[in-house]
Amino acid sequence: MTYLLLFIPFAILILINLFPREKRTEPAFWLGLAVLVFQAGAVVASQFGYWGTILTSQLESVFGFNLQLYKMGHVLVMASALAGATALLVARATLKNKRDRFNFVGLLLVSLIGINGIAMVTDIFTLYIFIEVTALATFILIMLNREQAAFEGAFKYLIMSVVATVLMLAAVSLFILIGGGTSFLDVKMAVISDPLAYTALLLFLCGLFIKGGMVPFHGWLPDAYSSAPTAVSVWLAGIVTKASGIYALIRLMVIFGGLEPLQNIMLTVGAASIVIGALAALGQKELKRLLAYSSISQMGYIVIALGSGTVLGIFAALFHFFNHTLFKATLFANVAAVEEQTGTQEMEKLGGLAQKMPITGLTSAIASLSTAGLPPLSGFWSKLLIIIALWISGHYFFAAVAVLASVVTLAYFLLLQRQAFFGLVPAALKEVREAGPILLIPAVFLSLLIVVIGLVFPFMIQMVLR
Amino acid sequence: MMLLSVLLILLVLISLWAVMTPLLLRAAIGLAATSALLTMIMYQLGAPLAAVFELSVCAGLISVVFVSVVSLTHRLPLKEFMKRRQSRIKRFIFLPLLLVAALAIMLTIKLPFQLQLPAADKISDVRVMLWNIRRIDLFGQIMALLAGVYGVLILFRGRKTDGD
Repeated sequence: MTYLLLFIPFAILILINLFPREKRTEPAFWLGLAVLVFQAGAVVASQFGYWGTILTSQLESVFGFNLQLYKMGHVLVMASALAGATALLVARATLKNKRDRFNFVGLLLVSLIGINGIAMVTDIFTLYIFIEVTALATFILIMLNREQAAFEGAFKYLIMSVVATVLMLAAVSLFILIGGGTSFLDVKMAVISDPLAYTALLLFLCGLFIKGGMVPFHGWLPDAYSSAPTAVSVWLAGIVTKASGIYALIRLMVIFGGLEPLQNIMLTVGAASIVIGALAALGQKELKRLLAYSSISQMGYIVIALGSGTVLGIFAALFHFFNHTLFKATLFANVAAVEEQTGTQEMEKLGGLAQKMPITGLTSAIASLSTAGLPPLSGFWSKLLIIIALWISGHYFFAAVAVLASVVTLAYFLLLQRQAFFGLVPAALKEVREAGPILLIPAVFLSLLIVVIGLVFPFMIQMVLR
Repeated sequence: MMLLSVLLILLVLISLWAVMTPLLLRAAIGLAATSALLTMIMYQLGAPLAAVFELSVCAGLISVVFVSVVSLTHRLPLKEFMKRRQSRIKRFIFLPLLLVAALAIMLTIKLPFQLQLPAADKISDVRVMLWNIRRIDLFGQIMALLAGVYGVLILFRGRKTDGD
């Protein structure tokens, strides 16, 4: 399956560019969607051992890439398929220019290749390369509408990414000099034997914190999320920053999780991100900026779980990673619907939308409550596991921070719900109607997943943990 | 060692100039010169292939792209140029100071760097390295180039029509 996850998006990327210019937008959309459906199907099929035996062995003799798709990689591949499909549908409904829609599909496929690569790498330099592929495609996606604010948002992301690149490349150079190689195994041996390699690992982690928008390197994230077209925001918040920053952190913590100083860094950065992200979200006036700060806070939960240094913590981090894709993609699809129907995303200008847009209102309520960790939604279980992991590993203070910040999360989402979806409908919005099916389908589907996973999880936990 | 030290000092000075100059063209030339010096340093350190890549891609190709883009811009009036120069010097005056401070700290604490360059017989053939060992990285680089092509198409072709 590993090769197919790289070559199918690549082949489709070539194919959509071969269509005649005037007729390529529609096929590009459907083929892009087909890639994402294939990707989700491949993860499900891999659970039954289908891919490993048939196609991979034949392709391996031709390409011979050093890639591995572990179980945790499946989570990233599935999450990217869900976020990608949502972003494609939102782009179809909200990007008015056909060429922009076509370019969106192309760039989404390039960044998808980057993300799939991140899911499968076994080497720290290759990890860096695929992180850069994802980042390059994302810079351009943010600037897709060529507006001043988008250029500014992309520029901030670019500058911060360059700093991350310098740190990561410096780390890779040190690993090569000390350990003689860049495979995860070589790096592990180098870190155990030489303190300088340990410093290099810290540099690499700093790079990943920047890419993941963690506090104190989060300055670029709200601007990038809020200035990009909403379809791009879905893709960015749903998967890109998490794949290039947070997933890579999870991957490294699986290898180096036993090192106590690393755990302390994760706990501190995670707690700071949770608290600062949540407090900043409270003061936001625009929907997208609020969701951006909420993302910082939620990614803090993933990082703090890694700091517990336990298997349960890593599982909880991965579970929250997947859940975050579900609820953040739903909420951004809701923002797209609201913006499309009302022409604004400023909360002060909104109100009573639940009456006019009942499905959008309901799905946003489900996603908000899941983010805040209310039972029986999926977000509740992942947050509960994070808190349990922190508690049993003896990090009581950080467990308390995680619990208290959940209350703040609930507060800012209740504020959002009250200002945008409840209360009186302003005169200017009297004629507003529910968004079209293209914007509702992903929101409803993801909300259903949030509810179903939440209901089924207690019965599956033993099986999953095994 | 003497030559290497001179090259390193020149590298720092020219890269400082590239950052602090208010003219884009001079900055591009400064970058090309920095890459050329880096090439010499790499050659001195026994990495001729890395030096060739640095020279052809960074000093060559990228500089050509930068200079062609700069040629599309307008020249600043003299008054405006002087103003920008003043503000740029003020903005980046900390850089040389920072470098001097970093050098002083490094000389004071004498970091125990004991890194050994790999022995010559351990260095793989570049063809084996690129096509056999790091094949997946090449694929990644191709993807990065593709993203760059999209960037050029999107940013420089404008949005004249609503067509495909």
